Amino acid sequence: MKIIVCIKQVPGTSKVQVDPVTGVLIRDGIDTKMNPYDLFALETALRLKEEYGGHVKVISMGPPQAMEVIKEAFMMGADDGLLVSDRKFAGADVLATSYTLSQGIRKMGNFNLIITGKQTTDGDTAQVGPEIAEYLQIPHIANVLKILEVTDNDITVEMDMPETIEIAKVKFPCLLSVEKDIFQPRLPSFKRKIKTKDKEIKVICLNDMEDKNEKKYGLSGSPTQVERIFPPDENADKEIWEGTGEELADKITKKLKELKFI
Amino acid sequence: MGKLLVHQDLVNDETANKLIKLCPFGAIEYKDGKLEINAGCKMCRICIKKGPKGVIEFVEEQTTKVDKSAYKGIAVYVDHVEGRIHPVTFELIGKAKELAKKVNYPVYCIFPGFQILDSAEELLHYGADEVFIYDYVELEHFRIEPYTAVFEDFINNKKPSIILIGATTIGRSLAPRVAARFRTGLTADCTVLDIKENSDLVQIRPAFGGNIMAQIVTPNSRPQLATVRYKIMNAPERTEEVSGKITVCSMDTNKFKSNVDVIKITKKEIEGNISESEIIVVAGRAIKTKKDMSLAYELAEVLGGNFAGTRPMVEAGWIDAKKQIGLSGRTVKPKLIITLGVSGAVQFTAGMKSADYIFAINKDPKAAIFSVAHYGIIGDIYEIVPKLIENIKNEKGLTGELPKYAAPSTRN
Ligand SMILES: Cc1cc2nc3c(=O)[nH]c(=O)nc-3n(C[C@H](O)[C@H](O)[C@@H](O)COP(=O)(O)OP(=O)(O)OC[C@H]3O[C@@H](n4cnc5c(N)ncnc54)[C@H](O)[C@@H]3O)c2cc1C
Ligand SMILES: Cc1cc2nc3c(=O)[nH]c(=O)nc-3n(C[C@H](O)[C@H](O)[C@H](O)COP(=O)(O)OP(=O)(O)OC[C@H]3O[C@@H](n4cnc5c(N)ncnc54)[C@H](O)[C@@H]3O)c2cc1C
Ligand code: SF4
Repeated sequence: MKIIVCIKQVPGTSKVQVDPVTGVLIRDGIDTKMNPYDLFALETALRLKEEYGGHVKVISMGPPQAMEVIKEAFMMGADDGLLVSDRKFAGADVLATSYTLSQGIRKMGNFNLIITGKQTTDGDTAQVGPEIAEYLQIPHIANVLKILEVTDNDITVEMDMPETIEIAKVKFPCLLSVEKDIFQPRLPSFKRKIKTKDKEIKVICLNDMEDKNEKKYGLSGSPTQVERIFPPDENADKEIWEGTGEELADKITKKLKELKFI
Repeated sequence: MGKLLVHQDLVNDETANKLIKLCPFGAIEYKDGKLEINAGCKMCRICIKKGPKGVIEFVEEQTTKVDKSAYKGIAVYVDHVEGRIHPVTFELIGKAKELAKKVNYPVYCIFPGFQILDSAEELLHYGADEVFIYDYVELEHFRIEPYTAVFEDFINNKKPSIILIGATTIGRSLAPRVAARFRTGLTADCTVLDIKENSDLVQIRPAFGGNIMAQIVTPNSRPQLATVRYKIMNAPERTEEVSGKITVCSMDTNKFKSNVDVIKITKKEIEGNISESEIIVVAGRAIKTKKDMSLAYELAEVLGGNFAGTRPMVEAGWIDAKKQIGLSGRTVKPKLIITLGVSGAVQFTAGMKSADYIFAINKDPKAAIFSVAHYGIIGDIYEIVPKLIENIKNEKGLTGELPKYAAPSTRN
C-alpha cells in the first residue's frame, strides 16, 4: 500500500532529544514540535505498512525548519519525505494550505491512501484534510476511530458521527483523517535516527508545482483574513473566597441557593 | 489581499531583534543584515502594529472583486442523523435570524436527507424563512460526495452570502469540502458572529487551544462559510405559528455517486453525555484515590447533575474518556460547573470556560483556574465538599443513603 501522511510543525514546549544512556527520546526544551495529532496519523500509516506492505511518505508545508518534523517521521519509520516550502506560501489559510499540499502530493507519485491528523494545536481548524481531498477529487472520511479491514481496492473504517458510530467502506484512492488514540504512537527510535541521519529530504517550491500561479498560494490564495488577534477575556466580575472548610461550604450553599441551583 | 513589504533601509540589529521577538509565529528571520518573512507568517500584522514604525508595511494588492450584491441570504445546514435534527441547528437559526435582521436577508435552511418532510416542518417553528429539502434515498446516510453535491446545487441556485454549519463530526467533514469546491473561506468553531453593512461576516474564534482569539473575515469571496460548535449560540423559543415555507428541490441523481458505502450504524450510548448536562461537577487531580471519586459523584448526584474529569483522571482510569472536558475531550456549556481541585490548564479551560457559572475549589491561591472562575474558593476539597454535600441534602430535604450515581440529566 502506498500511503502519504501530512504532518505539520507547530509551536510547542518540547523538542526531541536522546537520552545518551537509555537511548530513549526525551521531549523537553522549547521551540517547535510535530503536531501531536499527526503522530496518530503517522502511526496508523506505519501499522498499515507493517501489515500490508508498501511504503509511507510524509509531506509537510512550512518554513525550512519544518525539516525537523520530517526527520522525526523518519525516526518513527517513514520511508520518504517531502517539504513544500516557499516564501510565497506565507500567510496561507486553510484553502491555500490545502491547495499547496494537494499540488505537492501530485509530485509524490501514485498513492492509495492519504492520512491526516484530526486537527492541529495551533490553527486548530480540522479543515485541511477534507479540503485536500476535494482538490484531489477523492473521497474522504473524517473522524476515523478504527481501521477494520483493508483489501486491494478499499478500506473499511469505523467513523465517529454525532449520535452514532458508523462502519463505512471507502474505495482507494481516498483520504482519512484519524482521531487521536486510534493507535498509540511509537517513540522515535534512536537506531533509526542514526540510520536516517543523512537521508535526503526533498524540498520543493512554487516553481516546482504544476500550477505556478502565485495568486493561488499564500496570502493571495487565502480567502480568509485574520483582522486581529487578541487574548480571550477573563471573567470580569469574580469573587475569591477564603475561610475554613465549613464556612466555605456554607457560603457555596448559600450562593447556589441564590442562583436557584438548589 | 495584500502582502508584507520589508523596508530594508530601516532594518538594523535592534529593529530586527525587536521584530523577531514580537512575531508570535517565528516567521521573521534576520540573515546577513536582511530581514525576511518566511512561510510561517500568519498575517496577524502584529509586526506592523506593535513593531518599530515603518519597518514592515502592509501593501494592498489589486484583485478582482467579487460582486457581493449577487449573494443574499443566510443559510443554515440542517445537521441530522436519519431526520433527527441536531439541536445545534436551532441555535444557528437563532443566530442567522439575528444577523439577517441587520442586513435584511432571508434565513434559509438546507436539508439533504430521506423522508425528512416532517422534520423540515419543525424548522419553521424556529423562524426559518425557507427550508430547502433534498429528499432522496441516496441521501439517507451522510456520505461526503452526495452531500457536497447538494450544497453545490443549492449554492449555485440560491447564492447565499453566508452559510452556517454546526461543528459536529458531520459539519466538520462537510463544510471544508464545500468551501474548497467554491474556493472560498471557512472559519472554524466561531464563538462570536456579527455582520458588517457590506455583508462581510465578522467571525471570532479561539485558536492555540483557546490561548488566543482571532477575528477573521472573508472579504472577497462568497459564500462565506463558518462552523459553530454546539451550545455556543442560543436557540430561539419555538413558536406555534409559522411564516416560512418548505421548498422541495430536485437534482440530477447521477451527482449522488459515491465511493463510500455505509455498512453499519450503531447508536452511541448517550448515557452520561456531559455535553448535554446543565450542571457538571469536575474531578481534578486533587482527588487522591479512586474511592475518593465519590466526592464528585455524590456532589453531582445531590445537585441533579453529571460528573466529569480532567485528563489525568481519565488517564488514571478513574473516569471514562467520554467524560473528559477540554481540548482533547468534550466542550461543555452547562449552567453550572464546579471544579474540585483542578489547576485550570488552558487545555482544560478551553472546554468549559463558557459555562454560565463557574465555581472552582482549589487550595492553591495562584491556581490558574481562578482566572476563569466566577467564584474562586480557596480551600481543601476534602474539608469543603463533604460538608457541602450534607448542606445540599439538608436544603433539599434528602435524607439517608443516596443511590449510587445513575441518572444523567436529560436533553432539553
Ligand atoms: C489564530 C488563527 C486562526 C485561524 N483560523 C482560520 C480559519 O478559521 N480558517 C482558515 O481557513 N484558516 C485559519 N487560520 C489559518 C490556518 O489555521 C492555517 O494557516 C492553515 O495552514 C492550517 O490549518 P490548521 O493548522 O488549522 O490545520 P488543521 O486543518 O487543523 O490540520 C488537520 C491536519 O491537516 C494536516 N496539515 C495541516 N497543515 C499542514 C501543513 N502545513 N503541512 C502538512 N500537513 C498539514 C495535518 O495532518 C493536520 O493534522 C488561522 C490561523 C491562525 C493563526
Ligand atoms: C495537547 C494537550 C491536550 C490536553 N487536553 C486536555 C483536556 O482535554 N482536558 C484536560 O483536562 N487536560 C488536558 N490536557 C492536560 C492539561 O494540560 C493539564 O495537565 C490537566 O488539565 C491538569 O489536570 P488537573 O487540573 O486535574 O491536575 P493538576 O494540574 O495536577 O491540578 C491539581 C490541582 O489540585 C489542587 N489541589 C491539590 N490538592 C487539593 C485539595 N486537597 N483541595 C483543593 N485543591 C487541591 C492543586 O493546587 C492543583 O491546582 C492536555 C494537554 C495537552 C498538552
Ligand atoms: S504578520 Fe504576524 S505572523 Fe506575519 S511576520 Fe508579522 S507578526 Fe509574524
